Amino acid sequence: MAQTRFTVNGEDRAVETDPSTPLLWVIREELKLTGTKFGCGIAQCGACTVHLDGTPVRSCSTPLAAAEGAEVTTIEGVASEDGTRHKVQAAWIEHQVPQCGYCQSGQIMSAVALLRDNPNPTDEDIDTAMRGNICRCGAYGRIRAAIKSAASA
Amino acid sequence: MGKWTRRGFIAAGLVGGGVLAVGVGIREGHRAPKLAHLVADEDETLVNVWVKLSPDNTITAIVPHSEMGQGVFTSMAQMLADEMDADWEKVTFEQAPAHEGYANYPLGREFILGDTKVPGFVQDSLNGGFLRIAQSMGLQITGGSTAVRFTGMGGMRIAGAAAREMIVKAAAKEWDVKASELSTRKSMVLHEASGREAPYAEFAERAGKMSPPTQPKLKTPEEFTLMGKSLPRFDIPSKTDGTAEFGIDVDLPGMKYAAVMGAPVLGAETISVDDTYARDMPGVIKILDKGAFLAVVADGYWQAENAIRQLDVTWSETGAENLDQAEIFARMRSAIDDADGKGEEDVAIGNVRRASESAARVYEVEYSVPFLAHAAMEPLNATAWLRDGKIDLWSGLQNPLAVRDEIAGAYDVKKHDVTVHNVLLGGGFGRRSNPDYPLMAVEIAKEFDHPVKMIWSREQDTQQDWYRPASVSRFKAGLDANGMPVSWDNMFTEKHDPPEASHIPYKIDNQLIQYTNAEHHIRFGPWRSVDHTQHGFFIESFIDELADQAGMDGYAYRRKLLEHSPRYIAVLDAAAKAADWGREVPEGHGLGIALVDSFGTAVAQVVEVDVAGPEPRVVHVWCAADPGYAMNPDGFIAQIESGIIYGLTAALYGDITIEGGAVVQSNFHDYPMLRIDESPQISVEIINSGAKVGGGGEPGTPPIAPALANAVFAATGVRVRSQPIANFKEGLS
Repeated sequence: MAQTRFTVNGEDRAVETDPSTPLLWVIREELKLTGTKFGCGIAQCGACTVHLDGTPVRSCSTPLAAAEGAEVTTIEGVASEDGTRHKVQAAWIEHQVPQCGYCQSGQIMSAVALLRDNPNPTDEDIDTAMRGNICRCGAYGRIRAAIKSAASA
Repeated sequence: MGKWTRRGFIAAGLVGGGVLAVGVGIREGHRAPKLAHLVADEDETLVNVWVKLSPDNTITAIVPHSEMGQGVFTSMAQMLADEMDADWEKVTFEQAPAHEGYANYPLGREFILGDTKVPGFVQDSLNGGFLRIAQSMGLQITGGSTAVRFTGMGGMRIAGAAAREMIVKAAAKEWDVKASELSTRKSMVLHEASGREAPYAEFAERAGKMSPPTQPKLKTPEEFTLMGKSLPRFDIPSKTDGTAEFGIDVDLPGMKYAAVMGAPVLGAETISVDDTYARDMPGVIKILDKGAFLAVVADGYWQAENAIRQLDVTWSETGAENLDQAEIFARMRSAIDDADGKGEEDVAIGNVRRASESAARVYEVEYSVPFLAHAAMEPLNATAWLRDGKIDLWSGLQNPLAVRDEIAGAYDVKKHDVTVHNVLLGGGFGRRSNPDYPLMAVEIAKEFDHPVKMIWSREQDTQQDWYRPASVSRFKAGLDANGMPVSWDNMFTEKHDPPEASHIPYKIDNQLIQYTNAEHHIRFGPWRSVDHTQHGFFIESFIDELADQAGMDGYAYRRKLLEHSPRYIAVLDAAAKAADWGREVPEGHGLGIALVDSFGTAVAQVVEVDVAGPEPRVVHVWCAADPGYAMNPDGFIAQIESGIIYGLTAALYGDITIEGGAVVQSNFHDYPMLRIDESPQISVEIINSGAKVGGGGEPGTPPIAPALANAVFAATGVRVRSQPIANFKEGLS
């Protein structure tokens, strides 16, 4: 089988998986990066959000083939190399956002991308960027507050 | 040896050999040494089964609950550490293993199932504290908002206080001074007169050989140093960087993956399975026909899931193949008709018939709610490994001990040969209290010598649930000339738990509350706040209608019927005040109010809704909640916020329907969830009334649906008597 080559959190990777396999399962089962979660399998909930060349995508519905030659960033690659938390992660702790925490990797990936492209988002901007991420514990108010606090950090 | 501790232990020891080890110190010759190896490493002294003291003076709370988002590890540790005068910086937690030392299944089951009759031989030796612990601990269960109010109040605090007293006693001996001359602070013992001080750990060994105190003295709220503080949760940092390990993340050597498929019509079994196509698909190792369900085991989950969708299955007929949602509701209405006012009696006060006959008029209304799925974010999963006659299971479970016992029973192995590794739960909401999915994982893995991780697709998770029951509730109120109720007559379907959910907080002299049941095959499951979800909607909508009948607003009317309860009036007043009740609202907006006391916490909510758009949009929710005392205020607020969003999602969109006997909805596209852009602003006010401590996980949920429905009425004049409420305009012309 053909190899798919890409980088994950800055490291070169090559896998010999069927290129139609969703990127999610390659990340979780082959690369053993389990911070990225399975929620629905149909790009409805956002739990599987990763960055593909900087753009947030639903890895459950993104075939491995789409990652060929691309840079993939997962929740494990959000902090600085020296381990310093990203300002979004720090704000998530400050606002005690997670409850069960299962959706939070995806939420944080969406928020990191939002703030990189739009350092001072309005409530509407937050709605647009974050409405693809479901939180069943209902931490939405805290997510909004944490994004605003990260924006001003 | 302390009276209640010793006798408590003995009582637990008496029931079927199970141990009710509820965190009360080492007792030589008793059960604690057997537990010790489970929770203590070498050179640590186990002062108490709920607290560990390490040589480096670290204090570890052993928490017998599952973490599913409610912050239980932190709140439990906080309660223990405060009583122990511990240094919070050096307090940590461990989840108690699924071991009967931490609970007793048969005893617990009796309590949980509502059989309040305590076996005679236990009764003598159980004081109130033990009984409470037994109730919540029996199944080592996480549910019913029990952690803080039972395990915490009845166990953690006592354990912490007992541990502190023992350490002080040990220090007094060691230093040859009176215990009364010693004080404690931040895990240190201090002797003011001599200026001596030493960490707790120095006295651990001596304390470990002592008898626990008879009645450890608990702090009063004025003495609290940690309880009542919004301490950050232990588990949150790991939930921001991907390191938190949920059931679905478990990774074992040689592990393979399973996808599963249950019968679309619950209760059906396979007749034939054509796997011609699936068996040759890449990665497929084995296709298993287990009768009640099918499994495909493959090298990867994606391969397994792809293959299982290619199976051509013929299922047996159960007789439910023609059952549709409308027919289920029709059966419920018929059941109420057929009961003809003589159902199972729930509450009977005064004489409803006579009061109703002499009332100025009678007002009758019917409500209904649909089935609901739990839809936790983490799809159900469990990993099992069978080897050398032993069974290991990894899964996020609300009731790990019952799962262990079920597995032992089903596979005829000794209980101690079954190890349940409980990991973080990606949401529970009641769904993860059912042992169906871990048992399926074992059933699959028994065919292999390597571990198998079974993952349910979202579709399976939605269609193979144990559902919040659909139900119908019919009310008849007798009203006096002023519109005040003289009689409350209610008949509903589907009574489960808790038993008081259908009771009303209002003073009405004549009440008859009854229930009946309709036959259908959709299985019941506890869903966040259980029966309170439907009764909160029924009761609080109906009382609002009565207010309108009396020409009064809902807030004033409720207040008038609550004069006997200052606690309820206080939450109602606080929510109304926060919302500025009675103010002019913008065009298309409306305010609605509701009050529900559930799981020991009284909650009032005011909703402001905007009905200008195609679907109602909730702008703001003001909530006042009285849990008696909030141990971790921010954690409590987070739980209330969560309960509101969970209940609002259901009220607006939740609708599991049955067609041809099967669940129609399958994933988030047709079973939608509230998203951030639809999420209201939420303001929560805590009232620490000093009442008996109540729960936090569930009480936020029940009032939101009626508060919303009442707000829609205020905005439109339309009464919403069924859910989902998002559709309310469809019925209008």
